[in-house]
Amino acid sequence: MTGPVNTSPRTSLLAAYGPILAVALVLALLPLATTANTVLNAMVLALLIALAGQGWNILGGYGGQFSFGHAVFFGTGAYAVALLQSRLGLNAYLAFGAAVAIGAAVGAAIGFLSFRSGLRGSYFALVTLAFAEVFRIVANASPWTGGASGALIKLDMRPENFQFASRATFFWIALALVTAALVATRMMERSRFGAYLVAIRENEDAAKALGVNTFRVKLQAITASAAVTAAAGAFYAQYFLFVDANIAFGTWISVEALLVPIVGGLGTVFGPLIGALALHGLAEATKALAGRLPGADLALYGALLVLAIAFAPNGVQGLFNRLKGGFSTRRAA
Amino acid sequence: MSEPLLRVEAVSKRFGGLLAVDAASLVVEAGGITGLIGPNGAGKTTLFTLVSGFEKPTTGRILFKGRDVGALAPHERAALGVARTFQIVQPFAGLSVRENIAVGAHLRHPRRDDALGKAEAVAERVGLADRLDAPASGLTVVGRKRLELARALATEPELLLLDEVLAGLNPSEVRDIVPIIRDLRHSGVTILMVEHVMQAVMSLCDTVYVLAQGRMIAEGPPAAVTRDPAVIEAYLGHGAAARLAAREAAHG
Ligand SMILES: Nc1ncnc2c1ncn2[C@@H]1O[C@H](COP(=O)(O)OP(=O)(O)OP(=O)(O)O)[C@@H](O)[C@H]1O
Ligand SMILES: [Mg+2]
Repeated sequence: MTGPVNTSPRTSLLAAYGPILAVALVLALLPLATTANTVLNAMVLALLIALAGQGWNILGGYGGQFSFGHAVFFGTGAYAVALLQSRLGLNAYLAFGAAVAIGAAVGAAIGFLSFRSGLRGSYFALVTLAFAEVFRIVANASPWTGGASGALIKLDMRPENFQFASRATFFWIALALVTAALVATRMMERSRFGAYLVAIRENEDAAKALGVNTFRVKLQAITASAAVTAAAGAFYAQYFLFVDANIAFGTWISVEALLVPIVGGLGTVFGPLIGALALHGLAEATKALAGRLPGADLALYGALLVLAIAFAPNGVQGLFNRLKGGFSTRRAA
Repeated sequence: MSEPLLRVEAVSKRFGGLLAVDAASLVVEAGGITGLIGPNGAGKTTLFTLVSGFEKPTTGRILFKGRDVGALAPHERAALGVARTFQIVQPFAGLSVRENIAVGAHLRHPRRDDALGKAEAVAERVGLADRLDAPASGLTVVGRKRLELARALATEPELLLLDEVLAGLNPSEVRDIVPIIRDLRHSGVTILMVEHVMQAVMSLCDTVYVLAQGRMIAEGPPAAVTRDPAVIEAYLGHGAAARLAAREAAHG
């Protein structure tokens, strides 16, 4: 697979980070336009999915290593933040930080095992899927994780517990996380690490010949990728104060995490966010239109995925660029 | 005499039942251009994969600047100063020419701006300066060969392994690339090149090694090697040298 050619070489700082700032500011105004909890709830969820997809995009979009099991990182983050509070009495913010770190560690461990043994392509995808399933089954069975009834975070609505009465507050926190991931992704794009990661996606042997330690770069990528997706999972648990195995390690989130960058633009900074907003905007719209028709949103997802792959292989962004004329591969010299 | 840049000592490589390289030895002196020729399937590319670290020799030693590099991974050998091109070009197809070369440049230039600057300088050297923003997938055959060369050069190697960079080019394109290779040598890069284009081998190489069926059958100055009966037989078949000599005697 090939991603789009990245942004032009020596873009200024303003050109690189200005759009991120602008998008963040515009989105930050959204809660002021509505006070309806259902709408805010949908927006928080869309941002969460975007964040999970941003994690996937680092490894899959930039590195070309497609994971079918990012639920393993999402779930690790979700369970860690819940259990560290309920079982060990850790402060919520510390638990959140620890959950991200544990997610990263799980990513490093899975990466070490898979990449050391040279897994690529569909083999790597299947192994990640298997890990997610194993984690789901264990979390569902182990008494320590609360078994099938899941894990609760004690309701105690105070800011120092990372619990807020207003959903708008959660929205802004989620937006801050997404924005941080946007900035981090842009920094990665403009670094040697980013160049190496994309080189591995394009041709691993050629990268090796040019001095790239492909094992180490892939390991770093899956670690960062897992950390970001674990942050989404931790936020999810903190938001709903509840997690169970089928939510945390379920296939739904593995699919969402890879779907949003594919729809929005694989290996691009804004791809996952655009994909998440487009998909969830549409999902909400169909819910409103089709009412309670069961499975309507899922059918829509399927149709969109087919359309995206058939007509917009570079995602919504690529489609826009194409409509603007030219593939925009040489935006500036 | 000082230690040669590269010393390949009785190296063999077995693929299942096939002995692709059979106790081959060669020496590459610093500063020169050494040729490696031989019929198709002789094991030339395999020898390159052994020197660059993509495969490990079944037996034998590979010494770079006197150091045994046999256990090192490809990226570690690249860091030491060994660069290779691929016979079947391996561009980063989705990236621009500039980004392709910058990946190589990053080996010695961690900062992005430095790597991009280096990429532009290298592109200039190999004649790709006007294609910097083109996608690599849009290059012509000769363009891809130039890119292959540029990426390897961007790693600032001491030893450059060129695997048939002239193959598939027309005579005028060959005439464009040969001076670039000669120029590299003058800038201090030592070159080991596999090549079938004999005219280029004759004009560029100081020493030529001949590999046939995995075995090193001859070495020496290009003019002498091409007259070697063993070499003629390897290319044209058993008895060919005698037939040629007889014909020359008859006509002479
Ligand atoms: N990875 C491999 N596995 C099995 N056999 C291989 C492998 N690589 C090369 N060979 C075999 O080893 C022999 C030598 O191949 P090699 O590519 O080194 O020849 P070459 O001299 O480069 O030929 P050409 O001039 O056609 O490029 C061939 O018979 C080839 O089929
Ligand atoms: Mg070959």
